[in-house]
Amino acid sequence: MQDFANADLIVIEGSNMAEAHPVAFQWVIEAKKRGARVIHVDPRFTRTSANADRHIPIRAGTDIVLLGGVIRHVLDNELFFKEYVQAYTNASTIISEQYADAEDLDGLFSGYDQETSTYDNSRWAYAGDPDDIARGLPERDETLQHPRSVFQILKRHYARYTPQMVQDTCGISPEDFAYLATAIAENSGRERTTSFAYALGWTQHQGGAQMIRTAGVLQLLMGNMGRPGGGVMALRGHATIQGSTDIPTLYHILPGYLPMPKVGQDDFAEFTRAIGKKEQKGFWANADIYAINLLKAWWGENATAENDWGYHHLPKLTGAHGTYQTTMRMLEGGVDGYFLFGQNPAVGSANGRLQRLAMSKLKWMVVRDFYMIESATWWRDGPEIESGELTSEEIATEMFYLPAANHTEKAGSFTQTQRMVQWRDQAVEPPGDARSDLEFMYELGRRIREKLQDSTDPRDRPILDLTWDYPLGEHGEPEAEAVLAEINGRHLSGERAGQPLSSFGEMRADGSTDGGCWIYAGVFADGVNQARRRTPGQEQDETAADWGWAWPANRRILYNRASADPQGRPWSERKKLVWWDEEAGSWTGHDVPDFPLTKRPDDPGDPSQGGAAALAGTDAFTMQSDGRGWLFTPTGLVDGPLPTHYESPESNIPNPLYSQQSNPTRVTFRDENNLSSPGASGRGGEVYPYIFTTYRITEHHTAGGMSRFLPYLSELQPEMYCEVSPELAEEVGLEPYGWATIISARSAIEAKVLVTERMKPLQVGERTVHQIGLPFHWGRGTEAIVQGDGANDLIGMNLDANTQIQNSKNNSCTLIPGRRPRGPERNELVEAYRRRAGLIDAEHPAVDGAAGAPGAGPADSETPHHVRGPEEASAAPTGEASMKEMRNR
Amino acid sequence: MSLLSGPAGPAADAGWGHNHERKGFFTDTSICIGCKACEVACKEWNRNPIDGDLEILGQSYDNTGELGANTWRHVAFVEQGQERIEEARESGRKLVSLGMPGIGPKSSGARGATPAGDLSATDRTPPDTPEFRWLMSSDVCKHCTNAGCLDVCPTGAIFRSEHGSVVVQEDVCNGCGTCVSACPFGVIERRDDGTISPHANREEKVDRMGTASKCTLCHDRLVDGEEPACSATCPTQSIRFGEHPEMTASARERVADLHARGMPEARLYGANPQDGVGGTGSVFLLLDEPEVYGLPPDPQVPTKTLPQTYAKAGIAAAGMVAAVALSFLGARR
Amino acid sequence: MARLTFLDWPVLRQLRGADPTGRGSAVTSATTRETVPRTVTADGVVDSICPYCAVGCGQRVFHKDGRVVQIEGNPDSPVSRGRLCPKGAASQQLANSYLRQTTVRYRPPYATRWEDLELDVAMDMIADRFIEARRAHWQDEDEQGRPLQRTMGIASLGGATIDNEENYLIKKFFTAAGAIQIENQARI
Repeated sequence: MQDFANADLIVIEGSNMAEAHPVAFQWVIEAKKRGARVIHVDPRFTRTSANADRHIPIRAGTDIVLLGGVIRHVLDNELFFKEYVQAYTNASTIISEQYADAEDLDGLFSGYDQETSTYDNSRWAYAGDPDDIARGLPERDETLQHPRSVFQILKRHYARYTPQMVQDTCGISPEDFAYLATAIAENSGRERTTSFAYALGWTQHQGGAQMIRTAGVLQLLMGNMGRPGGGVMALRGHATIQGSTDIPTLYHILPGYLPMPKVGQDDFAEFTRAIGKKEQKGFWANADIYAINLLKAWWGENATAENDWGYHHLPKLTGAHGTYQTTMRMLEGGVDGYFLFGQNPAVGSANGRLQRLAMSKLKWMVVRDFYMIESATWWRDGPEIESGELTSEEIATEMFYLPAANHTEKAGSFTQTQRMVQWRDQAVEPPGDARSDLEFMYELGRRIREKLQDSTDPRDRPILDLTWDYPLGEHGEPEAEAVLAEINGRHLSGERAGQPLSSFGEMRADGSTDGGCWIYAGVFADGVNQARRRTPGQEQDETAADWGWAWPANRRILYNRASADPQGRPWSERKKLVWWDEEAGSWTGHDVPDFPLTKRPDDPGDPSQGGAAALAGTDAFTMQSDGRGWLFTPTGLVDGPLPTHYESPESNIPNPLYSQQSNPTRVTFRDENNLSSPGASGRGGEVYPYIFTTYRITEHHTAGGMSRFLPYLSELQPEMYCEVSPELAEEVGLEPYGWATIISARSAIEAKVLVTERMKPLQVGERTVHQIGLPFHWGRGTEAIVQGDGANDLIGMNLDANTQIQNSKNNSCTLIPGRRPRGPERNELVEAYRRRAGLIDAEHPAVDGAAGAPGAGPADSETPHHVRGPEEASAAPTGEASMKEMRNR
Repeated sequence: MSLLSGPAGPAADAGWGHNHERKGFFTDTSICIGCKACEVACKEWNRNPIDGDLEILGQSYDNTGELGANTWRHVAFVEQGQERIEEARESGRKLVSLGMPGIGPKSSGARGATPAGDLSATDRTPPDTPEFRWLMSSDVCKHCTNAGCLDVCPTGAIFRSEHGSVVVQEDVCNGCGTCVSACPFGVIERRDDGTISPHANREEKVDRMGTASKCTLCHDRLVDGEEPACSATCPTQSIRFGEHPEMTASARERVADLHARGMPEARLYGANPQDGVGGTGSVFLLLDEPEVYGLPPDPQVPTKTLPQTYAKAGIAAAGMVAAVALSFLGARR
Repeated sequence: MARLTFLDWPVLRQLRGADPTGRGSAVTSATTRETVPRTVTADGVVDSICPYCAVGCGQRVFHKDGRVVQIEGNPDSPVSRGRLCPKGAASQQLANSYLRQTTVRYRPPYATRWEDLELDVAMDMIADRFIEARRAHWQDEDEQGRPLQRTMGIASLGGATIDNEENYLIKKFFTAAGAIQIENQARI
């Protein structure tokens, strides 16, 4: 975070940093005071724009064209950091002859299967001998001239992303484009660095992962990765959303980004080889070791070499099982019980109405929270009760509300957005029945184990074999530090038996060590809770290595080997971070070097071995199977090896680049309540002529569970509102601070109207594009201090195939003056517009959410909501995909 | 020097001796991000009630409206188009060419040194005027050198603290409200309503009810060497707290810095000891005329004219006597 | 409070002191003179981290008589340097808001209102329902006979606002139970 102050240019795009991360923004102000420039690219002029040197308004969802334009600019004008690109990226790598680019196939890459809406990404592979490729030694052309080199492919791929294309797609003037492109070029290189900051403004698109990738490609070209004041910074929005991805409560991964096993991975060896092969370069070669240590931590003595370390206790995936797939399953009555741990999906998840209807199909539900959130009370005061769709007396769902302890009432750790783990001490006891989630989960597990203790059913073995014996505190709650120690791992036998591991390098494949999350190994080094360290910042250098603990290995900037040149010297005195100390024979610097400490810069690497030994002295990207930063991603992404622009399915603008209008791998769900506007298909898209984009604001927190129940925050932003330009207000007839009703293909909501010049209509080709801003913090219930219609009710469950995250940022709607109708008339209003758009009683196979839409699944499928297209995003965390997973929120 | 404040400064003059430097805020609105953390931190520390009816006020992102009995820090939001920005720049340039009246005497450097705010040595080319800007500014009690509220308080409830701040003592105040009309900034008010638990059906004790209420400069934190809650929390240090001379000095430096960066609209507010309140303990850096932020352009303490009033009253009385005398004289004729 | 003596009368203090106009030291009340901040009278203070966004600002939590009385930024934090945004600054209210729920609430099927329930009873009921739902939707293998070893009957959402240790136990137990539909805000 502090590293922003080292940047010479900060580009904030897909983020409203000053509003969503005000305290982090102090470092942007600090950078400005030191002379840095700040550019904010966003559909809206926000409090971030107000403090930037320039705000560049953009049509939502066109970021790949803008940054692709910058990529073209720096390639064509030779403004990229050539030495860096040659040494540290895969620019010189030759790609397979089977590869065909989106430029050749009118918006599709080679390998696309129309039937399944998926790609066979073996067509994007590196060229060369398979064994060499497996060892991270593909064919290369160091001159970057080979027509199938990544560098040349990249050049051709972005050749049409011209300033004119930027103007015609993004609505950005050539002057603004030149300002941005020149600023990036001038503030990159040996002496200077540019930093990118993004957040959900990129992630929440169908194609969001590729937007982030575009910034990654540009930053690699400009030599801004692994260096002070550089990088692509994900500004995440919840106290431990990073931690809950590292130690995941996510369906597709196990702790430490090990993927969940998939059906057909019949034994442990097959499972781990799909993650990382022993002969490949870098640290994923040890995936088997990390997995063994995890299984040992979970099943202890019951995990042995003979039983594949308990691998067969793990459930297997058959496709995507994300929260939206689960919503669909609930609607069919396929889920009995649902736990909510501090989450408010009735307000915070896409298509709020479907979320609430889904809950009404459950047998039981457990809500753990501080307040009576809308997800706890939908059965008596939700919008569907008002509309008459649901009646309390007819809802079978049994509700358990269990009050939760807050952050002052329990000890534990959060991992913040830059991977730093910080421990909290407990201040007071939780009041009344409130308990920590640690105690709840431990106690629930204990009771279930007790109830099953005499079971002979082999299905119950994984539960009964589990290690579930934590030391208890005076009130019977498990000690959080003991759990952290298990996560860290320990020696199980030998001289150091019982001692905590000091790094993941100490993990063994023979069962003599365990560790619940390999990347956290070291957080309990020396038996000391390193996350609890509190050496004041003012007594340390800027890295502040003695405050908290960052994974991996307390490293603050990843891939920092790249902050030195291939010979190991800092690129410049000004941007010095980590370098080779010839005298000491090791890497050193202001941060923990991200490289084998004593491997010389001129070490050729040992291809006969795998792992760290195989890395050459210049293979700075130590987690990649070839040691390089990936401009081109041969594996790991499901929708293409290079970021390519597609329009949102609801966009009324034809894709200026390809006849392929929308991302061909996108995921949606066929349901009459999850319809999409026909968009530019020419069949009624004009019924929903405006773009709406949702966001958070400073005064509230996500679905409002931690803000709308607090008087001091409620008074600051008491009502749901929409932000519109004076031009749109005039066009529609809206009164300032009066009411408007916003109607999408899913629902209709009402909001107060803020008419403001901060919203600017954009000229895109011949079309004037109006964008509407909608904060998503409000919900309908009776318990919160402030109520309002929820913006998420307007949004469909339409997902990015890489991440299974919904598109919240770029959807279509219409807008009428006045409040929405009450009761059943609300749905009738929505229906009337659907009818007008031809979404009902008409055949529109191209419409998302209708039969035959991509990802909608075959109509006669036995599991109707098995999503056909995507495999899991991070099937093998061997490359960019794994980093993307770590960063996607 | 004014009637009620001596040359040693307001704190010394109030019987605290010279052991205490005058403390105050410097609010640099050029780096305010409008987050309102100051409003919340203030209310959390002082346990002040919320304001209003939980409805959008119709003032951009501002929903607390103004300073008052319950809201002691208030963030204003001002949206401006290009024309107004030009005007702000022009008025800023005029201030500079006039030697910046309103920001007090020029720096007392050696003869010939560049005074703060003098643009002669720097690049005067302004950057392109943006088409639009969104100003944010956190307002607070000014803790005036000549404080009207303090001067008129009949009960001694308002006092000048050892830090030079002006503080209401809830336990002394009888709620007469005399102070309310004496404040040229409209800051102090009597707390007549307010709640911290809207919609709650429970008895709630709200502090300071029925008494005059305003920012105390967190008097109860200063006694322990802590800084006020608002400045402590301010993410960008738009609000700074410290010794008054140091605050005004850094405010002047910042103005000069912004001028050098081509922002002639930057100016100080409250830093001129010659103004109608003898200068304020809270100084501000503004990017437009004070009225734009809802601040009076030329605040006058009502008690400032007390001596003249007495003098005039004396002359009038003498005149009356003379007139009466003359009338008698005339009658004799 | 100290007993008021004749010498404490404000007029006398005003006349004999350095505050002849009676607007400063002379008019302070005993309450004013004895003011002590509640950060000083607190029973203790612990180091914590803000529970809202992922910047990870340092907090200092002051507590007295088993209650949180004040939460402030921790100036020692190299990330936040003592500062908090409005949400972080409202953390004390997050803990003490009058709307905070502190008892278990239970709503039977088809009921129109909440009922009280003992925590212990609730935990037992949830454990029973967990076992039942797990079995009801158990899948041993797919249609090709390949092992699945899982249940689709139980789902969970949440984790981004709780602790690493809590997420660890949730993932560990649910996975061992074969429940795969475990998700959190990172997917949203």
